[in-house]
Amino acid sequence: MSHDVLEPDDGVLDASTGGVLLEVDDLSVHFDTPRGVVRAVDGLSFRLRRGKTLGIVGESGSGKSVTSKAIMGLLPRSGRTQTGSIRYEGRELNGLDAAGYRELWGTEMSMVFQDPMTSLNPVMKIGAQITESLRLNLGMDRQTAKETAIGLLRAVRIPAPEKRFGEYPGQLSGGMRQRVVIAVALACGPKLLFADEPTTALDVTVQAQILDLLDDQQRERFMAMVLVTHDLGVVAGRADEIAVMYAGRIVEHATTRSLFTNLAMPYTEALLNSIPKLENPSHTRLDAIGGSPPNLVAPPPGCAFAPRCPYAQDRCREERPELTEVPGDPGHLVACFYPVNESSVAVRAGGGA
Amino acid sequence: MAGSGTAHLRDDALLRVENLVVEFGVKGTGQKVRAVSNISFDVADGETLGLVGESGCGKSTTGKAVMQLPPPTGGTVRFDGVDLTALKGEELRRMRPKLQMIFQDPISSLNPRRTISQIVAEPLKIWNRGDAAAQQAKVNEVLTAVGVDAEAAGVRRPHEFSGGQCQRISIARAVVTDPKLIICDEPVSALDVSVQAQVLNLLEDMKARYGLTMIFIAHDLAVVKNISDRVAVMYLGKMCEVGTPDQLFGECAHPYTRALISAIPHPDPERETTHEWRLEGDLPSPLDPPSGCRFRTRCPNAQEMCATVEPQMTEVGHAGSGHFVACHYPLVETAVTVG
Repeated sequence: MSHDVLEPDDGVLDASTGGVLLEVDDLSVHFDTPRGVVRAVDGLSFRLRRGKTLGIVGESGSGKSVTSKAIMGLLPRSGRTQTGSIRYEGRELNGLDAAGYRELWGTEMSMVFQDPMTSLNPVMKIGAQITESLRLNLGMDRQTAKETAIGLLRAVRIPAPEKRFGEYPGQLSGGMRQRVVIAVALACGPKLLFADEPTTALDVTVQAQILDLLDDQQRERFMAMVLVTHDLGVVAGRADEIAVMYAGRIVEHATTRSLFTNLAMPYTEALLNSIPKLENPSHTRLDAIGGSPPNLVAPPPGCAFAPRCPYAQDRCREERPELTEVPGDPGHLVACFYPVNESSVAVRAGGGA
Repeated sequence: MAGSGTAHLRDDALLRVENLVVEFGVKGTGQKVRAVSNISFDVADGETLGLVGESGCGKSTTGKAVMQLPPPTGGTVRFDGVDLTALKGEELRRMRPKLQMIFQDPISSLNPRRTISQIVAEPLKIWNRGDAAAQQAKVNEVLTAVGVDAEAAGVRRPHEFSGGQCQRISIARAVVTDPKLIICDEPVSALDVSVQAQVLNLLEDMKARYGLTMIFIAHDLAVVKNISDRVAVMYLGKMCEVGTPDQLFGECAHPYTRALISAIPHPDPERETTHEWRLEGDLPSPLDPPSGCRFRTRCPNAQEMCATVEPQMTEVGHAGSGHFVACHYPLVETAVTVG
């Protein structure tokens, strides 16, 4: 590509942070509501290295979107209590005000939202929405900004970018709009991209195109990505690591390969089993997860998944399991007293009798 | 694939839709969009037909046209021996309890000011089915059947329920008039995977319990494969391929079906993703559809003939396989018709 200014730094690992770009430690986000305090995110910790992709998977209400918005500083101030630490390149972000964040948005981190229909300004030309941040953040003049923007539109594979530059979002299809949203997010060469359900509103054929595009751009720019989704199928082929969230906490965190080959958390298992599989014959009964997700105002005292868990024991209902390493699988963390695979086999045999 | 033709229709179907056309005027231009352009399909009694395709292919419009909402511009919709398109006013209204719909967004499809029991009882009130006590008994029966506690839930309003529960209530409302045919328009696409599984299982139960026939419109192929007895693939207002799920997913004959299947993300990181069948670009505008086969502009196999001649539905595999495709160069050999 022609615009050198946009190239990310060369990817040399920063000695002081050991290649870690983002470090979240014991992050909690609570909201005051008329019904009580909602613990949307509760004691979350993870690290993300430069150029890597972390998939955050969970159902609605699991806190996956709140997590990415909290890191990006996009949550409303009122009624929110946020504790813990968010370190970006060694710098603490928790408590940073909007002015402080403004220096990071676009140039250091940016976000692609779910709904391409509402995340673009409908009365502003596409070109202007891209050049806005180029001129503001990178101080480009009008002509350079325009050339760069057209280059970006071309990079996200929009046909006839010169023509599209002067059009409004309403003149584009959903898939094309999501490409524009990605172009806006990539414009100032961020090192960290949050993609919050980037393909949920799109057709399956377009979804594949957009995920490929994100993949290519990420590799080209050596950009780290947090891919938030409810679809394990979407992250399986794309993420380096996966964190599964339930009721505001990470319940399993592992490399993608390890998660799928040596799955440990009963919730992850249940989630995978509830997806209809193409390999199965028609009318195969689905293993639905019974019950519904817990109330985050008054979560159950023990493991939040215990009321819906087929392997739950008394201990699960009384004591909350912490994230611990799965024996024999370094780096694979699970918050469960009776992980699937080893112990649960015995538990299942015993419990079923 | 501009698939036209009626070769794939069976004689004994409960619903037989022939040469269905739905046109909409474009405001201020005098132009007309053909959202559904000459498609034919049928559904046998007790069968579930899955209707798949990208947004804008006309699958929802087709579902609504079957319901006469609005009546189609052309073609016939024979339901239980009666041509619905020929019916007017009161006659058509009398047919309505036999055909019901379930929509995508369960929360907005329930009236927020009514209680659950009022919502489910309304169809019975409109049709004067039994006295108040009998109606209440029926409401309780269907609510219990969909797994909602009739006692506790009856007096509450939709906003007090989750999306999954609202969809259960929508299903209860749809089955309360003892319909024969239910058209489900993306009933699980707004739900979480765990809830989606519950609702899919429930639809199967309801189908068995009330002897329903279903048209299941969705864009998720794995969901459609799970619930359907036959699947029809649509593209830009035309029919591409019809067959059993095993035929379509095992040996699909239409390049578009192939592309749809290969775009599905799999929850398995070891699986190689192939780019061979990845579609480029978007759906062409239905205002100005491509000539001949409408898929040719995105088809990797398109030849000259595809631009000039519209393919007709033709049987593939062995004769009598029931697997039909509208493609000049199908991926499976066409059946040799004997005699």
